[in-house]
Amino acid sequence: MAARAALASPMIEFFNDYIMSALVLGSIYALGAIGISMIYAILRFAHFAHGDVLTLGAYLALPLVAIGVHPVLTIPIAMAVSAVVAIGIDKAFYRPFRKSQPIIMVIASFGVALMLRSAFQLFWGIDDKYYWAIQPPLESLEPFSIGAKHLYIGGAVVILIGATHYLLAYTRTGKAMRAMSDDPDLARVTGIPTEKIVIWTWIVGASLAAAAGVLLGMDTRIKFDMGWNLLLPMFAAAILGGLGRPYGAIAGGMVIGGLEELSTLIIPGDYKSAVAFGVMVLVLIFRPQGIFKGRVL
Amino acid sequence: MEFIGGLILFLVGFATLASIASISTLGLNICWGVTGLFNIGIAGFYAVGAYTSAILTAEPSVPSNPHLGGFELPIPIGWAGAMLASAAIAWVVGKICLRLRADYLAIATIGIAEIIRITFRNWGGLAGGSYGIHRIPRPFEEWGQPWAEIFFLLLVVAVVVVIYLVIERGINSPWGRMMRAIRENELAAAAAGKDVERMRLQAFVYGSALMGLAGALSAHYLKQFLPEDTEPLTATFLIWVMLIAGGSGNNKGAILGAFVVWGLWTMSEFLTDLLSAEWATRAAYIRVFLIGFLLQVVLQFFARGIIPEKPPVIRREEKAEAAKPG
Amino acid sequence: MTLLSAQGMTGGYGGMDILKGVQLAVDAGEIVVIVGPNGAGKSTAMKAIFGLVHLREGSVVFDGDTITNAQPERLVRVGLGYVPQERNIFPNLSVHENLEMGAYIRRDNITASLERVYELFPPLVDKRKQAAGELSGGQRQMVAFGRALMTDPRILMLDEPTAGLSPLFMDEIFDRIIAVNQTGVGILMVEQNARQALEIADRGYVLATGENRYIDTGPNLLADREVVESFLGGGGGNVDNKNGGEGGAGKPDD
Repeated sequence: MAARAALASPMIEFFNDYIMSALVLGSIYALGAIGISMIYAILRFAHFAHGDVLTLGAYLALPLVAIGVHPVLTIPIAMAVSAVVAIGIDKAFYRPFRKSQPIIMVIASFGVALMLRSAFQLFWGIDDKYYWAIQPPLESLEPFSIGAKHLYIGGAVVILIGATHYLLAYTRTGKAMRAMSDDPDLARVTGIPTEKIVIWTWIVGASLAAAAGVLLGMDTRIKFDMGWNLLLPMFAAAILGGLGRPYGAIAGGMVIGGLEELSTLIIPGDYKSAVAFGVMVLVLIFRPQGIFKGRVL
Repeated sequence: MEFIGGLILFLVGFATLASIASISTLGLNICWGVTGLFNIGIAGFYAVGAYTSAILTAEPSVPSNPHLGGFELPIPIGWAGAMLASAAIAWVVGKICLRLRADYLAIATIGIAEIIRITFRNWGGLAGGSYGIHRIPRPFEEWGQPWAEIFFLLLVVAVVVVIYLVIERGINSPWGRMMRAIRENELAAAAAGKDVERMRLQAFVYGSALMGLAGALSAHYLKQFLPEDTEPLTATFLIWVMLIAGGSGNNKGAILGAFVVWGLWTMSEFLTDLLSAEWATRAAYIRVFLIGFLLQVVLQFFARGIIPEKPPVIRREEKAEAAKPG
Repeated sequence: MTLLSAQGMTGGYGGMDILKGVQLAVDAGEIVVIVGPNGAGKSTAMKAIFGLVHLREGSVVFDGDTITNAQPERLVRVGLGYVPQERNIFPNLSVHENLEMGAYIRRDNITASLERVYELFPPLVDKRKQAAGELSGGQRQMVAFGRALMTDPRILMLDEPTAGLSPLFMDEIFDRIIAVNQTGVGILMVEQNARQALEIADRGYVLATGENRYIDTGPNLLADREVVESFLGGGGGNVDNKNGGEGGAGKPDD
């Protein structure tokens, strides 16, 4: 590895060390942030349990991988089951408060996050888990250190974002989601069945988060707090992109991912998470509507 | 006799921790119950207060555990310093963040609390990093057990009582009435000429100072303070559950909630301790799950009466209509 | 025949009654205008018909169906359309998508309705792919209108359609309102520009402090000097005038 690095030019080194990880991290943030952004705009609260939905997806893939399914192929199932779970959680814990102050749903989601995390610890323990006994080899596109797993992750991300784009831009439901995201009251007045769209919001938000979880598990490992640790960067990404703007969330995710990875050039790695918080606080203070001018509730 | 002694010690310890927690809930009540500020940064102010008092009062640091100070100052100075430090940080945070809406404020305070915690955990030279600060003095400790414990408890209870009385006076004073007016209808209060921003900042600072004091008391009680002691679960989440269960906006409720929820928490630890080793770790997770579930139950069945409905979006014309007499 | 009939509407926000026994009626194909001073409860009355403000007393009947306090989804199905005064378009959706959303509840082919809207509002044709939030005030109003028309409503409720528009656009909007009406759609509208609105009104309701004060045809109300001076001010909305109540125009039924 050292010999190879000595031969490679600094640009390629930079790419290998920073850009690849920034792309992977940024994509995962992007997928999670879309859900957070839409849930905020349509349901009007900050969903503090979203990170744990991500973790849920990662864990759901484990038994399937154990019986020989390739992790990438587990994604649709993880997405479907997570969507169902999210709809159930909404019905049990958030729906009672639709007419209350949004802050109550935030508190409830905090409790849901706790319940999910402890459930993960209960069923799967606190040890790190992996999809592969041995991580697949890394150097498959010399001199770039892109491995097979990166190609899978990249391919999955492209398909998922493409599908989301199709849904939002070309389907009746997707347009209704964007309409509710713009103005839930007007959507109601227009006759759009708001509870149905709420269910779709959970389906889209939760399944994208679950997919992100599987991808993160493919990239690193599966751990009970993997999603929780990403919650604030994902919020930062959603806020940066403009709440309610799904494409903004994607851009925000890539930016935050990039900033976090590149920040290690200047500040010690332990403080990486502070970067996202810092960006978020700055955005909240100076441009709360984000890059793409989303809701400022 | 020994059993009774053990039981007394246990109850004293329980009451001490519950009382310290009630200081945090009272502080949170000033922020949330009275003024409507959603502060999830409790753990951050708690940490600031604890570490400040520790730095001021502990024995000098040794090379194996380097940290700032260990100035061995008298304990009251430590506590005063803790409150001042928390208040100062709260002032800065509040100046920047308070104009944000409730959801945003929640996210911002969590972010800032996390930055504070990360800093304490990683900046070894400041507060001993992950090793923390040790050899913090505890008042009355020269008197040996059980009197040291009992007197410390009495001291903490006295502090709680004083704080309670001060806050109650404050709530019933013109200041308190103005606070409630701001909470009910910010626009009307601003129109009436009240300096809304300044008053919300005051509430935020007072509340956070109390959280810092709670941190300081904990540090002295435990005689050491490590980053794990600021885990958001106990330092933030549990406090919120206590306040909501006890009835937010209500000082007696804040104290009651602290004792009840801490009681449930301790009891659940008791029960899980009885289980076999293999079950014991899993039981810990069951406890956390139940606390999360308890919060939902409290929110849906006990707190809903207290939580007002979302006020409708009213346009200017209709506000004018509603404001007309008759 | 009377298509929409509201009787004894009493209610308001959070326990305070803004409306006190208000009655309104719209016959098929009519233009009905609600005028009155600021704070009279005009918009509130319309919102109450559309279920956005809770009525604790009173009833609203549409073509035989009782729709008091019903959900907007049902009202749109039944044939009632509503254009709020503010925030009445989806700014991040294109003009065309706004119209599509208007027709969300419809399962049939909406091409004919789309064409009708573009015929009524030609300036929108060029802008159909543009984000609605980028349009001018007058064009946005057209989008808002068009959206409500996509369900082929039998009665269209408009809350101050000319608010914030320049006089030129005001005329245009009134022309379009008449054009829409001529296709058979009944119009119920709250208007601050009372004079112009009443000129085209088959019936006008004058509301003040949450109560009916006068009911008559638009032109008759305009001809009545008491009404004009007490409630219609000098061409716009004014502070509620405590005098008035006597006069030549018809009194509301009891």
